[in-house]
Amino acid sequence: MIRDITLGQYYQVESTIHRLDPRVKLGGTLLFIISLFLFHNWLGYLIAAIGLCSVIALSRVPFKFMVRGMKSILFLLLITVAFNLFLTPGTALVTIWKITITIEGVKTALTMAARLTMLIIGSSIMTLTTTPNNLTDGLERMMRPLKVVKVPVHEVAMMMSIALRFIPILLEETDKIMKAQLARGADFESGNIFRRAKAMVPILVPLFISAFRRANDLAMAMEARCYRGGDGRTKMKPLIYSRADYMAWGCIVLYLVISIVLGRIAF
Amino acid sequence: MQLILDHVDHVYEEGTQMARKALSDICLTIPKGQFVGIIGHTGSGKSTLIQHMNGLLKPTSGHIYFEGEDIAEKDYDRKKLRSKVGLVFQYPEHQLFEIDVFTDVCFGPKNLGLDKKEVQLRAFNALRKVGLPEDLYYQSPFDLSGGQKRRVAIAGVLAMEPEVLILDEPTAGLDPKGREEILRQIKSLQKETGMTILLVSHSMEDVAEYVDRIIVMNRGSILYDDVPRKVFQHYRELEEVGLAAPQVTYIMHALRERGLPVDADATTIREAADEICRAYGIA
Repeated sequence: MIRDITLGQYYQVESTIHRLDPRVKLGGTLLFIISLFLFHNWLGYLIAAIGLCSVIALSRVPFKFMVRGMKSILFLLLITVAFNLFLTPGTALVTIWKITITIEGVKTALTMAARLTMLIIGSSIMTLTTTPNNLTDGLERMMRPLKVVKVPVHEVAMMMSIALRFIPILLEETDKIMKAQLARGADFESGNIFRRAKAMVPILVPLFISAFRRANDLAMAMEARCYRGGDGRTKMKPLIYSRADYMAWGCIVLYLVISIVLGRIAF
Repeated sequence: MQLILDHVDHVYEEGTQMARKALSDICLTIPKGQFVGIIGHTGSGKSTLIQHMNGLLKPTSGHIYFEGEDIAEKDYDRKKLRSKVGLVFQYPEHQLFEIDVFTDVCFGPKNLGLDKKEVQLRAFNALRKVGLPEDLYYQSPFDLSGGQKRRVAIAGVLAMEPEVLILDEPTAGLDPKGREEILRQIKSLQKETGMTILLVSHSMEDVAEYVDRIIVMNRGSILYDDVPRKVFQHYRELEEVGLAAPQVTYIMHALRERGLPVDADATTIREAADEICRAYGIA
């Protein structure tokens, strides 16, 4: 049940996308997300979808696996669509009782849905194809210039990598605790929203306690190995751009130019 | 037969790259009142197996029957099943959450929809059965020692008054004294209530003294299923799968090889001592 959440999980398989430098993937994802908000017409979304599909195909992560991650944000997606559909003023399309659906509403609802879906899938490709360690390495490297203005880049990256590393551990822990409470007759599925929220207490309390315990153990283990922050720390695998990475950057720029030029044409 | 497993298979994350077969073709029948030890190396499928018995996991193929009814059936009441087949997980103290010990133990019976009096009576009885000192009943469970927390967690399952009690490594991480105390209490529980008990462990020593039957798991299937003395005769094969017979088995076999006419089937220290005395003619 709980394993269905794929957001922020790594899917291990050998592929071109997996081998790319994390900086390319981070930058590419960021630019892709920005591009989604620049389009004025459907052509832009079409190009974005084509780009996304080709990356998915290259990544060799099963599409099924990505869609499974979407389930967790389905609710958010539906709310967004509903709000846009019913609350956008404009030319009336259909009126049922007091509810009016406008043409503008349908348009915004559709674009919002497309945007959100692609945004989520786009960013999950990044996390599905990059190990958390690689990802934070890339981030640390990209944010290095900020050190000049006294941003603790290494510490932030370390916190992020720890947080990411703990996602699967805590998921597993949640699964275990859930099962243990189910075995004691707990019921998480029936009742109204308040009863269900209350039913979460037997999971949340043990989960928090175990998270604190793990954090404590980890801090101890890091200190025992003389960890003392980023100063003078070297990397075992320093990030170096290869030819494939430069080519990937080329593709990203090409995509950006095409999609923005075509996506901003007013019909 | 109280619990029947019929050709049960289980595959984790079926249909993905990470698919792993955890159980293959498990056939078991467990009669009422038996004390069964399930032994296996880490990753041998013990924990997966027991989670099938109260319906937390569904078999990929095969059937499980509890008191003659298929528990995978659509209209089967799995919540009721969980009150009849109590499952105590590994490190059960990690599931404690209430403000005091007594309230925490009440959680199980309260979920069964019993009235308040009955809930409290059951909680009280369960806490007494696990031998927790009464002055701890209204303390926070987080202030107790490891062994005490473990007892509280076991009481939390016992309070549901299950007919079958399954314990997953109830002695893990306890000192020898705590281990023996818990095992002895489980044994007396079985004698007093006639409960069926399944004890999962990776230590033969723990199990040998208490159980009627040992099931040895290896790589998701059953390797041996017999009374302890018969299982320990295969001590060489057990070593090959990363397990070991109790130390007395080795001593008895060694004595036999050196020419002392002892019966090497002794499984506990007491039996072994008696046997050696007999061989020397000291009654």
